[in-house]
Amino acid sequence: MSVQVWTYIIVGITFALYIGIAIWSRAGSTKDFYVAGGGVSPLANGMATAADWMSAASFISMAGIISFTGYDGSVYLMGWTGGYVLLALLLAPYLRKFGKFTVPDFIGDRYYSDTARIVAVICALLVSFTYVAGQMRGVGVVFSRFLEVDINTGVIIGMIIVLFYAVLGGMKGITYTQVAQYCVLIFAFMVPAIFISIQMTGNPIPQLGMGGTVLDGSEMYLLEKLNGLSTELGFNQYTDGSKDMIDIFAITLALMVGTAGLPHVIVRFFTVKKVKDARKSAGLALLLIAVLYTTAPAVAVFARVNLIETVSDKSYDVMPEWFKNWEKTGLLTFEDKNQDGKVQYVADPQINELKVDPDIMVLANPEIAKLPAWIIALVAAGCLAAALSTAAGLLLVISASVSHDLIKKIFMPTISDKGELLAARLSAVVAVCVAGYFGINPPGFVAAVVALAFGLAAASLFPAIILGIFYKRMNKEGAVSGMIVGILFMLFYMAKFKLGWLGDIPPASEWWFGISPEGFGSVAMVVNLIVSVAVSRFTAAPPHEVQEIVENIRIPSGVGAASSSH
Amino acid sequence: MDQKISAQKYWRINLKYLSILLFIWFLCSFGLGVFFVDALNNFKIGGFPMGFWFAQQGSIYIFVVLIFTYVFLMNRLDKRFGFED
Repeated sequence: MSVQVWTYIIVGITFALYIGIAIWSRAGSTKDFYVAGGGVSPLANGMATAADWMSAASFISMAGIISFTGYDGSVYLMGWTGGYVLLALLLAPYLRKFGKFTVPDFIGDRYYSDTARIVAVICALLVSFTYVAGQMRGVGVVFSRFLEVDINTGVIIGMIIVLFYAVLGGMKGITYTQVAQYCVLIFAFMVPAIFISIQMTGNPIPQLGMGGTVLDGSEMYLLEKLNGLSTELGFNQYTDGSKDMIDIFAITLALMVGTAGLPHVIVRFFTVKKVKDARKSAGLALLLIAVLYTTAPAVAVFARVNLIETVSDKSYDVMPEWFKNWEKTGLLTFEDKNQDGKVQYVADPQINELKVDPDIMVLANPEIAKLPAWIIALVAAGCLAAALSTAAGLLLVISASVSHDLIKKIFMPTISDKGELLAARLSAVVAVCVAGYFGINPPGFVAAVVALAFGLAAASLFPAIILGIFYKRMNKEGAVSGMIVGILFMLFYMAKFKLGWLGDIPPASEWWFGISPEGFGSVAMVVNLIVSVAVSRFTAAPPHEVQEIVENIRIPSGVGAASSSH
Repeated sequence: MDQKISAQKYWRINLKYLSILLFIWFLCSFGLGVFFVDALNNFKIGGFPMGFWFAQQGSIYIFVVLIFTYVFLMNRLDKRFGFED
C-alpha cells in the first residue's frame, strides 16, 4: 500500500478515536468544563500534560533545529524540560491547594484586585493566541504533504476536530483525548527513531546509539564522524556551539521560566484531586516528556548524518524520491549554482546549493532512512496528535479566560452555572475560528512570535505567581506594576529587535548585554521582580485575609476540590 | 497556636528542601551544560563529549530525578506534620 493510503487509514483511526472519547466525556457543568471535575488521576494528568505541552514545535521542529545547530539546540532541550522542576517545586502544589479554575483567578484573588485579574487575562490571552496560531499551521502542513489536500482545507479539518471535542467536552474531553494523543505521538516518534538507531549504530536505544559507534566498520563514534563531516563542509563542530554563552544562558532561562508560567500548562494541575497528586503528576509529566526530549537529540544526529551522506557531492539525478517530493513543497530547494549537476551542501552561502527547512527533518527522516510506508503514515498521525492536543489546551485557556475571568468575575457575576457553561462553549467556538483564521492567513510575525510567547509568560505571569506564594508582603500595587512593566518591556524589545516595528531591525551586535530577543524574557522577568518588590515596599501591606490565604496555600491539608465559590 | 507554629516549621523545612534541590537544578543545567561545557568536553562518556552530554541528555535525567526526590521528601514531611490532604 502507498504512503497516502496508509496515512488515510492511520489518521482516520486516530481521529475516530478522539471523537469517540469526546462523545463519551461530555462536560455537564462548568467544573467539568474548566477542570475536568477535579478528579483526574496523577498518571492520566501526567500523560495529558505531556501531550498538552508537546506541540507541533516539539514534535516536528525541535529535532530539526537541533540537527542544524548542534550544541546550540541544547537551549530547547534544557529550557523546555527544566521548567517542569520549577513548576513541580514552586507552583503546581500551591496553585492546586488554592483550588480555582484559572491563572487569572489566582492572581485576581491573591492580589484582591480586578485590575490585577484583567492584566493577567490580557497576558494569558496574548501568550495563548501567539502559540495557537502556530499549531493550526502545523496541522495544515501535515495535511498538505501527506494527504495532498490544500493547506487551508487541512487547517479547516483540524479546526472541526478540535472544535468537536473542545466545545463538547471542555477540559474533561480534552484531558482524555490528550491521554490518547500522548500514546499516538510518543509511539510515532519512537518507532522510527529506534529503527534508525538500529540501522546506524546497531543499538535499539536511540539515547545510547547517539553516543555509539557507526556500523560501517570504521569503529568510529557517530558524533566524531558527524563532527568530521561538519568541519569538512565548513560548518561548526556539531558538539560545539556558536552562540555566546550569555545568550545560551538567557534563552535557556527564559524558556524554563516561561514554561512554568504558561497558563495552559498550569491549569492542568487544577484537575487533580490532591496537592500530593499535583506534585506527583508534574514528575510523571516530565518523565513522559523526557522520553521524547532525550530521543530528539539522537534523531537530530541520525538525520544530519543521513542527510549529509545522501546528498553531499552526489549527482542530482540520483537523488531519492523523498528529495523530489519535498522539493515540490518548497521546503527543500536545490539550485545548481556551478552547473555541475551535483549537490554542493556546504556552510558557505556563496557556494551552497541546498536549502533544507529544519521542519522537514523529522517528517522526512523515515523516508531518508528508507523505512516502510506505514511508519511514515504513523509520523504524520503523531504530528497531528501533537498539534491538536496543544491547540485544544490553549483554546480551553482562551475560552475560560473569557467566560470565567471576564464574564463571570467582572461583567456578569450573577450568571448561572448553565449560562456560564454556554458562554464557555461559545467562546471556545470563537477562539477556534480566530485560531483557524491565523492558521490560514498567518500574519508574517507569527512564526517569529511563537518562540517569544515564552518570553512573554516569563516576563508577566511567572513573577506574579511566585511572589504571590513565597512573599506574603507582596501587594496588588507591586504585582500589577510588575506585570505591566515586565510585559511592556518584553514587547518593546521584541518590536525593536525581532519584528522591526520601530524602524529597521538593528544588528545582533546592538543587542542589550548580548542577549537575543528569544532570551530577553529572562531580563524582563528580573525587571518585573525588581519593580514588584520595590513598589510593594512603598505601598500598604495586603489585607489580613489575603495574608491568611497565603499561609493556607502553603500547607497541603484541607484541600477542597477546585471550585468557583469564594 | 500549635497548628500555626508547626505550619511555620513545615514551611521552613520545605524552603530548605527547595533551596537544595534548586541548587542542584541550576548546577546541572546552567553549570555543567552551559558555563563549564568547554572544560567538560575534554572528557568523554562513551562517544559523548561530557559537557555536550549534560546539555542534551544528562540534565534532563537529573530534572526527572529531582522532581521525584521532592515528591518523596514532601510526602514524608506531610506525614510527619499530619498535613496530608
